[in-house]
Amino acid sequence: MSDNLQAKEKLDRQTVALRVAKEFQDGNVVNLGIGIPMLASNFIPAGREVIFHAENGVLGFGEVTPSGEGDLDLVNAGGQTVKPQPGMCFFSHDESFAIVRGGYLDISVMGAYQVSEKGDLANYMVPEREVGTIGGAMDLAFGAKKLIIAMNHTTKDGEPRIVRKCSYLLTAPECVDLIVTDIAVIEVTDRGLVLKEVAPGWTPEDVQSLTEPTLTVDPDCHDIELV
Amino acid sequence: MPINKIVDSFDEAVADIEDGAVIMVGGFGTVVSTPSLLLEAVYRKGVKNLTTVSNSSGFGADVWKLQGAPFPEDMDILVRNERIKKAIVSAPVSALYVNNFEKLLRAGKVEIEMVPQGTLAERIRAAKAGLGGVYVPVGIGTVVEEEKEKKIIDGREYLLELPIKADFALIHAHKGDRWGNLVYRGTSRTFNPTMSGAARVTIAEVDEIVELGALDPECIVTPGVYVDRVVARPKVAPTQEGEITDHQALESKKRFENEIQESIRRAKERGMRDE
Repeated sequence: MSDNLQAKEKLDRQTVALRVAKEFQDGNVVNLGIGIPMLASNFIPAGREVIFHAENGVLGFGEVTPSGEGDLDLVNAGGQTVKPQPGMCFFSHDESFAIVRGGYLDISVMGAYQVSEKGDLANYMVPEREVGTIGGAMDLAFGAKKLIIAMNHTTKDGEPRIVRKCSYLLTAPECVDLIVTDIAVIEVTDRGLVLKEVAPGWTPEDVQSLTEPTLTVDPDCHDIELV
Repeated sequence: MPINKIVDSFDEAVADIEDGAVIMVGGFGTVVSTPSLLLEAVYRKGVKNLTTVSNSSGFGADVWKLQGAPFPEDMDILVRNERIKKAIVSAPVSALYVNNFEKLLRAGKVEIEMVPQGTLAERIRAAKAGLGGVYVPVGIGTVVEEEKEKKIIDGREYLLELPIKADFALIHAHKGDRWGNLVYRGTSRTFNPTMSGAARVTIAEVDEIVELGALDPECIVTPGVYVDRVVARPKVAPTQEGEITDHQALESKKRFENEIQESIRRAKERGMRDE
């Protein structure tokens, strides 16, 4: 990465989560993965009612409780205790994944190690370990109507995570719809990757230089809208 | 004669589990969703070469002690004592630290069949429901599809996933009655009702046994017909021999943190490029 780019400020985790949450439409059923995705539950746009789903069998739970205050029998899929709220319901694991596979989940947000230009996703094999955890990621990637990936645009060493072809084992092929990173918002379309938004201070050329496949710059490409 | 599935002790509940048995263990990842005392009894019985079916491989009692869990044992009690020959599991390792299962796996001491979580649930449900398998879209185009029959139904490609039937299903519920009817509490339901009935013998560990008729028929989650034995947890957790002190728990936390750092360091040495 050039010194010029290294000097540029990237979005922090909270801001990436804030941008992800702008995708939540009124009435959506949404599943949030561990990490940046879960932070998005703090930024539901005003006036929209969103129902959160967690793999461990709950729909409609509230915010994460302060540390040490929650009920261990009421947790999200990351094991964090959450608050109950009216309308919430519990169900078994087979029911939970019937909801995932059956097309009742409007949006799934998760992290990734790599996304290819076709929208292939690699995110289950912890890369340094040769063993991974599939967990619910494959079901969510196959089942959600819209799959949003929230991740850093590059590895710590500056290598692109958005690649022509994934070198890590796939979670699911051609499943990603939108990629929100710390420098850009990119849509996966039939005609390839389309750059929709860039972080303040970043140009489409900057983003392209950190992305392996060629990006089509949307005619309306603009700074990431955060409000 | 009145039907009575209640047994008096955990040791009695697992008395016929033998070496080499296939056992399902309910719960998700949190210890409160897990049949902790049944797992302890299986460990005490000394059985080995088990095939286990579970969502995760456990975190270990010391982790749950830190959170104040009165019954802190999870799958890790069978993992760390090397009682498992093969694990059929969805979430075997942690992204945060090297768990005991990962250590056994690296040492070649355990076999693994990793299954997507929803597929695991549905394969278990298939066994319970008397089905010969289910066609599942999840896994097409990934390593999960290897050696499986494929079929196109209504233009979409599916994999044939076969049922998983166990000898014993160990589950945890909140309340149960002498017919084996069960209700659960909050998000601790998870795999417990799914696994009930998917084994030759289903054993339910409950927080409380109630009189027949006390559970609202509109709200019973697991019909008693799926359940063979019901055993109650003691009201107050007994002080266990070798109980872990706060100091030991903190030491253990430090150990996990060191292991994470060590794993990252080794990865860097091998030239892996990700964090």
